[in-house]
Amino acid sequence: MVQFILNNQLVSTEHATGSTVLDFIRYYKRLVGTKIGCREGDCGACTILVGDFENNKLVYRSMTSCLMPLGNAHGKHIVSVEGINMKELSPVQQAMVDTNGTQCGFCTIGFVMSLTGFVLNETTKEYNDAIAAIDGNICRCTGYKSIERAAAILSEKINDKPEQETIAWLAEHNFIPEYFLHIKERLTQLRERINETASTINPVVQKLILGGGTDLVVQKALAVKNSAVEHLFDTSHLQEIKFENGQCHIGAAVTVTAFAESKLMQGFFPNLNQYIKLISSTPIRNMATMAGNLVNASPIGDMSIFFLALDSELVLNKSGAIRTVKLNNFYKAYKLIDKGADEIIEKIIFTPPQNTHFNFEKVSKRTHLDIASVNSACQMQLNDDGVVENIHLSAGGVAPFPKYLAETCSFLKGKKMNTENLKAAIEIMNAEIAPISDARGAKEYKRLLLRQLFLAHFQSGNEKINSVVEGILKA
Amino acid sequence: MDNTIGNIDAAGHVTGRSIYVDDIPVMEGMLFVKVFDSPIAHGRIISIDFSAAEQMEGIVKIFSYKDIPGQNQIGGIIPDEPLLADHEVHYRGQPVLLIVAENEDTAEEAFKEIKIEIEPLPIITDPRDAFAQGKLLSPSRKFVMGDVKTAFSNCKYIFEGQTESGGQEQLYLETQGAYAYPNEHDSVKIFSSTQGPTQVQRTVARVLGVGMNKVEVDVPRLGGGFGGKEDQASSWGAMAAMVAWILKRPAKCIPHRMEDMRMTGKRNPYSSDFKIGLDGDLKIIAYEATFYQNGGAAADLSPAILERTLFHATNSYHIPHVTVTAHSCKTNLPPNTAFRGFGGPQGMFVMEAAIDHAAKSLKVDPDIIQRKNMMDNGDELPYGQIIKECQAKNCWDEATDIYNVESVKKEVEWFNTQNQFYKKGWSLMPVCFGISFTNTMMNQARALVHVYSDGTVGVSTGAVEMGQGVNSKMLQVVATCFGISPQKIKLETTNTTRVANTSPSAASSTADLNGKALLDACNQIKERLFSFIKTELTDNEDEIIEIKDEVVYINDEASIFNWKNLIQQAFMKRINLSAKGHYATPIINFDKTIEKGHPFAYHVYGTALTIVTVDCLRGTYEIDAVKVVHDFGSSMNRSVDLGQCEGGIVQGIGWMTMEEIIYNEEGKLLSNALSTYKIPDIYSVPKTLDVKFLNTDGNDMAIFKSKAVGEPPLMYGIGAYFAIRNAVLAFNPAADIAYAAPITPEKVLMALYNPVGG
Repeated sequence: MVQFILNNQLVSTEHATGSTVLDFIRYYKRLVGTKIGCREGDCGACTILVGDFENNKLVYRSMTSCLMPLGNAHGKHIVSVEGINMKELSPVQQAMVDTNGTQCGFCTIGFVMSLTGFVLNETTKEYNDAIAAIDGNICRCTGYKSIERAAAILSEKINDKPEQETIAWLAEHNFIPEYFLHIKERLTQLRERINETASTINPVVQKLILGGGTDLVVQKALAVKNSAVEHLFDTSHLQEIKFENGQCHIGAAVTVTAFAESKLMQGFFPNLNQYIKLISSTPIRNMATMAGNLVNASPIGDMSIFFLALDSELVLNKSGAIRTVKLNNFYKAYKLIDKGADEIIEKIIFTPPQNTHFNFEKVSKRTHLDIASVNSACQMQLNDDGVVENIHLSAGGVAPFPKYLAETCSFLKGKKMNTENLKAAIEIMNAEIAPISDARGAKEYKRLLLRQLFLAHFQSGNEKINSVVEGILKA
Repeated sequence: MDNTIGNIDAAGHVTGRSIYVDDIPVMEGMLFVKVFDSPIAHGRIISIDFSAAEQMEGIVKIFSYKDIPGQNQIGGIIPDEPLLADHEVHYRGQPVLLIVAENEDTAEEAFKEIKIEIEPLPIITDPRDAFAQGKLLSPSRKFVMGDVKTAFSNCKYIFEGQTESGGQEQLYLETQGAYAYPNEHDSVKIFSSTQGPTQVQRTVARVLGVGMNKVEVDVPRLGGGFGGKEDQASSWGAMAAMVAWILKRPAKCIPHRMEDMRMTGKRNPYSSDFKIGLDGDLKIIAYEATFYQNGGAAADLSPAILERTLFHATNSYHIPHVTVTAHSCKTNLPPNTAFRGFGGPQGMFVMEAAIDHAAKSLKVDPDIIQRKNMMDNGDELPYGQIIKECQAKNCWDEATDIYNVESVKKEVEWFNTQNQFYKKGWSLMPVCFGISFTNTMMNQARALVHVYSDGTVGVSTGAVEMGQGVNSKMLQVVATCFGISPQKIKLETTNTTRVANTSPSAASSTADLNGKALLDACNQIKERLFSFIKTELTDNEDEIIEIKDEVVYINDEASIFNWKNLIQQAFMKRINLSAKGHYATPIINFDKTIEKGHPFAYHVYGTALTIVTVDCLRGTYEIDAVKVVHDFGSSMNRSVDLGQCEGGIVQGIGWMTMEEIIYNEEGKLLSNALSTYKIPDIYSVPKTLDVKFLNTDGNDMAIFKSKAVGEPPLMYGIGAYFAIRNAVLAFNPAADIAYAAPITPEKVLMALYNPVGG
């Protein structure tokens, strides 16, 4: 049985845990404010807020309810637009009205929920944060300018929002209904009850393993719905980010958002926010897990490319039997991975870049909320003579699986970063990739684009290398 | 006029209380209708076996064309399109069967159990191939003015070239759909997400073989239409209606996004040839163009779209000698259809490419040629209409002045000398767009107004609210005419039993046509009320009566009547408080036999300046600014009109930049979902988007002189194409860049490094 608080009410349901929150709230609870735009997390019309405990704090995240498995709502607060409606319009709703930020209205609820998520987040109040909060919402009517104006009004209005007791402040200023004040307590009680009855949400043996659902529910919604699902999303030991003995341990169920917000990771990757901004959208990052991106084995999986350049290792668990595999050996062929059906990824381990240069690049038809035409990451260590001591390069969209550019790396090791060597490396790189033409570009384009991104990796810091790169580009 | 009213639906939208088709509470026993569509783009159907599927638990019935009680025909302009394929399939995604199930999941499972065998026939996806094989959807059209042949021989410069403009998915956020239930006397009621309620009604009547009076279509509102639901909503309406009518149960037919994308048509792609001739003074003397329109597998609205391409082939320019020819080519793609601009953008793109090509060859800035040839009052358009109240030069000159185009040029040049791997580009894009349905007959509308005995007002028109704010404008018409508060007025759904024989909400004309009809209805009631007041209060025929803020004034003095007691007393005296208004646009005409006439009530003008920055390492780009001077006439609702302008511009930029419809040679749509077909998101829109309202009096043919605004701004987006192209050329002057839109990051990178070195 799945139990959660839906807006202001407790819900207990025997509904399939692999069915979507969207269908549940629209067609079983008749909360039709939440709209269906695409059912693949690409439009944001179905955005809801999900309240959950993070470090004993109640935190609200926006998620696309079309991809969210009902089982992942267990023990949480699910908020649809009906759950924020009050007698008067909230300042979020009022700002959208005042700026004419809504035309046909079909996407509007998604914007309202995402912006409400922005005000609920105790750490965000700037205009840019408001815009970032709606990076997963597509509008076909307005051209967004009026919505930008609404965001500007809003960030102004929450200027005095405190970082403590945020919910109380927001309720006092009519951003959210008063019942929000008691949700923390009610959720705590609900979780105690759940723990007492030891109610696992689905006590069956043959299970389909599911994380955030952001890929599996897109591809096979009906199959997921009809399966007995083992929900790993809220498994606490899979959600840890640790630094031990010089290595980072990233739990399988860590979301992209959790990874990006980790102070530890921000320390190791100073440009992390820039990279992450290129990866899907806020609501999807709030749901998508690290291991999900890896096992999906998509040839352009952004996190796969990221971790390949970190020379990562995976820890796999089969009912207690542990083994490790290097990520660059994990991918065998198109959608074929070195993982048994009954194995799960527990964590990803890598040595963080220290004294090395790390960079991630991605180009897609639309810069944000899009799948890469080509993506690439690079970790490189140069010695004082400008010789490559060590290098790891990865590339997506150029092979049947996320590609570790082994031959290019081994060529460059011990070489000086000069025109001749870089040109030779490009030749080798071209020989070890095999892009195909598809909706994300012709194969010739992907080859050229990878060359560009390869050169972009080296275009920073060192002036001498910059001029080498520019020389090649201008040739 | 209360110009601060904004969008009257906004509060409903932000609270999720607005009702779209899928939000209507359904009736007991409702059935789900899922379309089984052709997996092959062209072929003869050898066999279909759905016996296993039909036996599945939860499947009620599977319909084929044989079950259609009336005609298996949904073609609007030309009857060339079956509702369900009979012996042949002509595009991938063509509906073949209807799976009717108790729930959606079962329908999806049954889909997989259906076996179809198709003998493949040759597949054509390219309009020029179709033309070469004589496959046309409708007769070709040609507009001629002057004598191009002689004129070209007198030109100092002649340039020729070819252009391509891509398709564009409407991507209304709400997919197509309909919900129907059976009614008494063998009738059926349909809730439809359509821009054309009457078209749905007509189609359903034809498919069922009943009179139109047996079919009621109700449209609460649309989650976007953009032309995609002008004609193509009809099939979904017909499917739901047929199932409900035959099985006597409610039925819903709403495709999922990917089904919608693969089964419905898009903006017509065009492949075109141009020839432009100029004199030594850079005056364009002659222009010739041939348009090959990719119509898809059935005519749909393509013949009308083709016509509008010809109407706008010369955009804002006066060219004395013009011959433009257009062919609607039949290919094995879903029937392409209306999309904001309706063929106009496709024609203008070719004109602008021709000017750009001439300018590049002559090494002058294109704006020199653009300005020199701008149309003016008294000029004749190639279709015979004489330009009046022209604002083309006014918009252009104001834009170049207030946006400092000359210093923009210098700044861009300076930036490009200072940056090796970032380059900027700019462009100017003028727009002149004709307002009216080009089919004169369609320029009519009706409205129904009831003043209830308590003084509240119910308003029905033929206008469909789809986000364009037409209901807000209709409310303003009533509030202004009656002098009453907007709170007293309710806009009803659009319903064929209240307002019949409507034209679709399209051609930017909805507010004009329905607003004028509504004004007529309101004026009838007002006249009855005023004559009632006169009989009650005075015998003097010359009294001036007015209603302001719900108070009746006689010769500027407040009378004993306010709106509420006036209505009560008028009702007691048995005055008719309801009226039906009618409007037919005067003056307009067009004679297709000679391709001449006066088809448009008026024209809308404007000019856009676009500035972009290209990342020459990665091939990506950003739109720095789009700055516009637009002729709104005398805008009756500035925030709605501004929203239409901004939204249209961004849609146009999408069409020119990232929105790429890709079919493979088998006619399979590869950009078949939101993950592979990208429309602008909040980060990709222009950083700055300025819209200046040109100061004019407006045009009497427009409702309250507030000019139509739906389509014209989309074409400013064409400027983005040329600005990006110019930035690429700043990096690589030798690049040979085809005039082919959209100019995706792929095309940009290939052009930046063309030929590829390194």
